[in-house]
Amino acid sequence: MSASGFLHLLPNASTNARPLDMLWWTMVGLCAIVAIGVFVVMFVFCIRYRKGRPADRQLLQDTLPVELTWTAVPFLIFMGVFVWSLTLYARSRTPPPNAETIYVVAKQWMWKVQHPTGQREIDTLHVPLGVPIRLTMTSQDVIHSFFVPAFRVKQDVLPDRYTQLWFTATETGDYRLYCTQYCGLDHSKMGGEVIVMAPRAYARWLDRNATGTSLAAQGAALFRAKGCSGCHGANASVHAPDLDGVYGRIVHLSDGSTVVADDRYIHDSIMLPDKQIVAGYAPIMPSFSGDLTESQVLAIIAYLKSTRPGTQPAHEGTKQ
Amino acid sequence: MNATVVTPGLPELEPPRSFYTHRSGLLGWLLTRDHKRIAILYTITITLFFFMGGVAAAMMRINLVEPQGALLSAETYNKTFTFHGVVMVWFFLIPSIPATLGNFLLPLMIGARDLAFPRLNLASWYLFVIGGCFTIACLLLGGVDTGWTFYTPFSTMFSNSNVILVAVGVFVTGFSTILTGLNFIVTTHKLRMPGMTWFKLPLFVWGMYAVSLVMVLATPVLAMTLSLIGLERIAHVGIFDPALGGDPLLFQHLFWFYSHPAVYIMILPAMGVASEIIPCFARRGIFGYRFMVYALIGIAVVGFLVWGHHMFVAGMSATATLVFSILSFIIAVPSAIKVFNWTATLRRGRISFEAPMLYALGFVGLFMIGGMSGLMLAAPALDIPLHATYFVIAHFHYVMVGGTVMAYLGGIHYWWPKITGRLYSEAWARFAAILMFFGFNFTFFPQYVLGYLGMPRRYHAYPPEFQTLNILSSTGASILAISYLIPVIYLGWSLFRGARAPDNPWGARGLEWQTTSPPPKQNFLARPVVQKAYAYDEPAPGTQA
Repeated sequence: MSASGFLHLLPNASTNARPLDMLWWTMVGLCAIVAIGVFVVMFVFCIRYRKGRPADRQLLQDTLPVELTWTAVPFLIFMGVFVWSLTLYARSRTPPPNAETIYVVAKQWMWKVQHPTGQREIDTLHVPLGVPIRLTMTSQDVIHSFFVPAFRVKQDVLPDRYTQLWFTATETGDYRLYCTQYCGLDHSKMGGEVIVMAPRAYARWLDRNATGTSLAAQGAALFRAKGCSGCHGANASVHAPDLDGVYGRIVHLSDGSTVVADDRYIHDSIMLPDKQIVAGYAPIMPSFSGDLTESQVLAIIAYLKSTRPGTQPAHEGTKQ
Repeated sequence: MNATVVTPGLPELEPPRSFYTHRSGLLGWLLTRDHKRIAILYTITITLFFFMGGVAAAMMRINLVEPQGALLSAETYNKTFTFHGVVMVWFFLIPSIPATLGNFLLPLMIGARDLAFPRLNLASWYLFVIGGCFTIACLLLGGVDTGWTFYTPFSTMFSNSNVILVAVGVFVTGFSTILTGLNFIVTTHKLRMPGMTWFKLPLFVWGMYAVSLVMVLATPVLAMTLSLIGLERIAHVGIFDPALGGDPLLFQHLFWFYSHPAVYIMILPAMGVASEIIPCFARRGIFGYRFMVYALIGIAVVGFLVWGHHMFVAGMSATATLVFSILSFIIAVPSAIKVFNWTATLRRGRISFEAPMLYALGFVGLFMIGGMSGLMLAAPALDIPLHATYFVIAHFHYVMVGGTVMAYLGGIHYWWPKITGRLYSEAWARFAAILMFFGFNFTFFPQYVLGYLGMPRRYHAYPPEFQTLNILSSTGASILAISYLIPVIYLGWSLFRGARAPDNPWGARGLEWQTTSPPPKQNFLARPVVQKAYAYDEPAPGTQA
């Protein structure tokens, strides 16, 4: 079986795949031309200048122009490839603003998915066709990596932070999902499927699996149950920052610096509260790292996001 | 200088007192300060390590014949690839050419009697053996399941295996590398014989010099990183594990700051070997000698600045990705220059195809393919799908096995008559070289395809659609294994039964060919004559032609 016989094993199922394959096959072509070129030249030299065969053996005296040429030409080609690759890379890093967020928590050795509307799944991810999807991912233990070859996307999933990837699926079907960062005993079993469904089928799937409470509502419940509202709520007697609409605001810290209250900031404020102290408040918040799972933190983040007022909350907190 | 007159070029039937006969007995070897004997001690040691690592590779390839894993449990498989990686990287590839051929040839090539610090050289070997035996014992008795990369926080807080012990073993061995590098640097600076100026040095010496710089500068970072792992694992100091307040990416930065230059520790000496063999069998000077020197140094320096290309999907910033990508493309330029120059060296030569030449040509071809697949990985957009798949496995095996191991064996065959004073079976050697080239491509080319299709590395079991390509690869691996065993047989035979080698069987230039085969303990009985590097257009010193 020729190598091309295997290519049907790698479908093109996202908007990402085709431009990337263009670059890939161009590189393959370039490399093949250079490799075949060098092999042919080598072969010809080996035949023509083999020992005992009469041939012109006058050597080139000034080799500098030749050498400068084959220094400069590869350099220029490499820079061309670099720029091309960079444009594609930049695109892969910037999800469109209308992308829908789905949360993924990795742990040894499974993928846990939380949809904003409250559905949960393990080792499968249902997504609608043609809608940009942004995955916000974190790990509960070691480093994992989320890889869907058919979409040509991959991103490591780290225990201390949220990493993102995005894609827009272009073909319905089931596609393999792998963990590609070695994560221990059952690393090779830590896989699953991404199931791309037509929007209507997807809506039906959401309905069938509805839990009744959205992720934000689950977070709101946790916010009360875990005692967050006792200090951060409107009627609290403890001097703690009001968290209504905090998501996306600029927060001033006690060391004089400022941060944007993004996923990472809220996560760390819950799990590692001593890391960043809001200016004007005492460092009295306890750590919830033993009390909350990463999935629960994601729910609380979703809840805090939902408290954003209006449409342009991002710079509301800016004063100076 | 010694007054004994030796006629170079004429075979001596029984070299009067070679370094083998100088002092016999086991202690004469174990307490030797002779760089040539130490080189042979290293050769025996790393050959054993190579075959141990090879057995691990064979077990993996047998396992991967079946999608669900044909031979090993997941736990054993994980420990097997860790064993393979740790042993092959630190106990075979890194010492391979420098500690054996480099140790033997560096003083001979510059007309010195020994390395600058002979005792330190012996101490390096002892550190290497102690570190190696300790590490391998820990890997066999209990094992380690982290992979040779020891990524945190898995290695520090989650793995229940001998991580600390193996880290200690590698730590100790690292000092052997550092001390060897130091020894080579001082030797190259201080012990060149009169007339042997920097730009008359053979490229093999330049390769050793460049690699020594990398060894001395990079290996301490490995030692620090392994110490930090120990600190976190034992004392729970939060360095890498976020649960303790650490940063897991910090480990990857530190690890690759060592381990990427380590890749150049493996390939620079191989480039040096190829640069000796190809001019010899093409009977002309290397094309663009100075460019070749600058390329070696350029690779050694820029090699320190590209570590981040291992981390394009690790969660690094876009700016860092951009910088590491462009530097990775830039380092490909000197590598390309070298391939073109080796090819151009063939032009208008008088080429013959003895076994060392076949190995060297194989090296150039495989290194080129490996290098070009590296370009794809240097492009962040393409690295996203290819990272951590079999494409990466194929890429670095083309460079390290197709490149370094082919060049190492080419060097062993080229200098074998000089080192042992014996000739080997040319026909068998050519056969093994061709079989190795074939077996290598058969093993690793399917892995490029597997990687492109998305098969992740370090998988004990895999989806059934990848089975055909895996069987192809495993079949190739069995051919490759045979091609590695054949040289053991005919070289072993040569050692005891081979014909006596003349002093310069290939008609090569370079000081090492002006002394007897094998050389006397003090290396030269008469003062060698310094020519320009690769003076194939001039008659060899001492001949009338």
